[in-house]
Amino acid sequence: MSNISRDDVANLAKLARIDLSDDELNHLSNELAVILDAVARVQEVAGEDVPPTSHPLPLKNVFRVDEVRPSLTPNEALSGAPAQEEQRFKVPQILGEEQ
Amino acid sequence: MIKKSAAEMAAALSAGELTSVELTQAHLDQIAKVDGDVHAFLHVDNDGAIAQARAVDEKRKSGERVSPLAGVPLALKDVLVQKGIPTTCGSKMLEGWRPPYDSTVVTRLKENGIVILGKTNMDEFAMGSSTENSAYGPTHNPWDLSRIPGGSGGGSSAALAAFEAPLAIGTDTGGSIRQPAAVTGTVGVKPTYGGVSRYGLVAFSSSLDQAGPCARTVLDAAYLHEAIGGYDRMDSTSINEPVPAVVAAAKDGNIKGMKIGVIKELQGDGYQPGVLKLFNQSLEILASLGAEIVEVSCKYFDYALAAYYLIAPSECSSNLARFDAMRYGIRVGEGSAEEVMNATRQVGFGREVKRRIILGTYALSSGYYDAYYGSAQKVRTLISRDFDNAFGKADVLVSPTAPTTAFKIGEKANDPIAMYLNDIATIPTNLAGIGGMSVPSGLAEEDGLPAGFQIMAPAMKDDRMYKVGAALEAALLTKWGKPILDNAPALGAK
Repeated sequence: MSNISRDDVANLAKLARIDLSDDELNHLSNELAVILDAVARVQEVAGEDVPPTSHPLPLKNVFRVDEVRPSLTPNEALSGAPAQEEQRFKVPQILGEEQ
Repeated sequence: MIKKSAAEMAAALSAGELTSVELTQAHLDQIAKVDGDVHAFLHVDNDGAIAQARAVDEKRKSGERVSPLAGVPLALKDVLVQKGIPTTCGSKMLEGWRPPYDSTVVTRLKENGIVILGKTNMDEFAMGSSTENSAYGPTHNPWDLSRIPGGSGGGSSAALAAFEAPLAIGTDTGGSIRQPAAVTGTVGVKPTYGGVSRYGLVAFSSSLDQAGPCARTVLDAAYLHEAIGGYDRMDSTSINEPVPAVVAAAKDGNIKGMKIGVIKELQGDGYQPGVLKLFNQSLEILASLGAEIVEVSCKYFDYALAAYYLIAPSECSSNLARFDAMRYGIRVGEGSAEEVMNATRQVGFGREVKRRIILGTYALSSGYYDAYYGSAQKVRTLISRDFDNAFGKADVLVSPTAPTTAFKIGEKANDPIAMYLNDIATIPTNLAGIGGMSVPSGLAEEDGLPAGFQIMAPAMKDDRMYKVGAALEAALLTKWGKPILDNAPALGAK
């Protein structure tokens, strides 16, 4: 059985920026252990000689011409913003007082 | 009229036997009548749909050339953005959001004069196999309202089965077009990866996501496929080649001499006996039409589900980082940016989405990356090789679409592994980026519910699956004497 502690899940939630509840932390640590046991079997066949595939298409460096095209107006781009000011996204404080 | 195929509706429109406004209104009336029970739609755009229909009618009246599906209504999965129309992806995170632009799929629907009725329900951010993970409540299967309509695109397939729309758009990351089609007695196609633009498709797992057509007949799906498919400069993974000639293939349906490969690993244990019986009957029909049936083995398919549940959550944990409460979507709480993000994502995401983000964050974290995500990517290579070998022996590959018919709402809600097993036969095609189609194979003897027959073709050979699908559909229609949906119970009787 994979060993995923409640603290491990709390740390993952911190990295993923989700303020999980106590109930969720308990529940998820049990579920994750079960799921990880089920998916860990990929390791059985993933030999050194097998190249990884990250994408179904063999694409490399897809470029397009760098030209000005019609795009969203500032008002359209801001239309879904939770808060805005002076044609900008208004966001909560990012750095602490002392920084 | 609403029970006809889209092709028949289009013919009646061009013959002047009815207008698009009348046709659209008939579907809006049906939605008003049955959607309280089915809940296929999250948003119905009554006025917008009628305005689109009126524009097509005027074009036609003035003698302007219109495309084959012009004036025919369609239901759009709520994961594709349509300018000014609420788009939620079945999540609280995007409640109230109205996108400022059209996805390429929507642009092409509009160019073709296809009337968009509204947005359909789905598992949150397309994560699920039952549509129970929608923040706005489940969709009910028109065959039995106590059962799931499949997922994640359960709203689109239920809308077709309830005659609320003759056409729909779905998206398929691990089976989200095909499995709902199977359990609702409809047709669903996941085109070759890169065959339909992903621009404006809210990303779940970018290397797997693919939009595609949903319909009640193979020919209708083909018309819709040609309308939305093809190269798009706004999607760097879009394939710059002509759309395979799927309409011609669906009209042809001649499979004499075709080699059809039965995948040994996609049957047996875990598959409902009635579903397997229908699958085998379908094989007999295809053989009687002149196809050669061969058995093929894809031994690494046993690892596909495990690889998928590492790759998809990994990509989702990265993609869903964009929901940060800063530029669009809801914002919850006060304090620093980080506190607001934490609080918003806690409230905005549902249980399954959080589970996958945490799993993906784990699989990508240092110390575990090689063992989990890296190994899954290697399995992806092995599965593509399995397909390459199998397509060396057969023109198309086939299997049951889903292991069972529709289960009861709530039955698997607390068992993620059991839920994930729904996609066991559909996931390999997403990992390899090839096309897959589900067509109805009949009603299972145990429960009288529909099952699906899956056809897979090599990349950009989508026309092959339309040929086989059309052949099977025509033979079954002759055998049954009526479309499969004629067996579904009447809705909205009360």
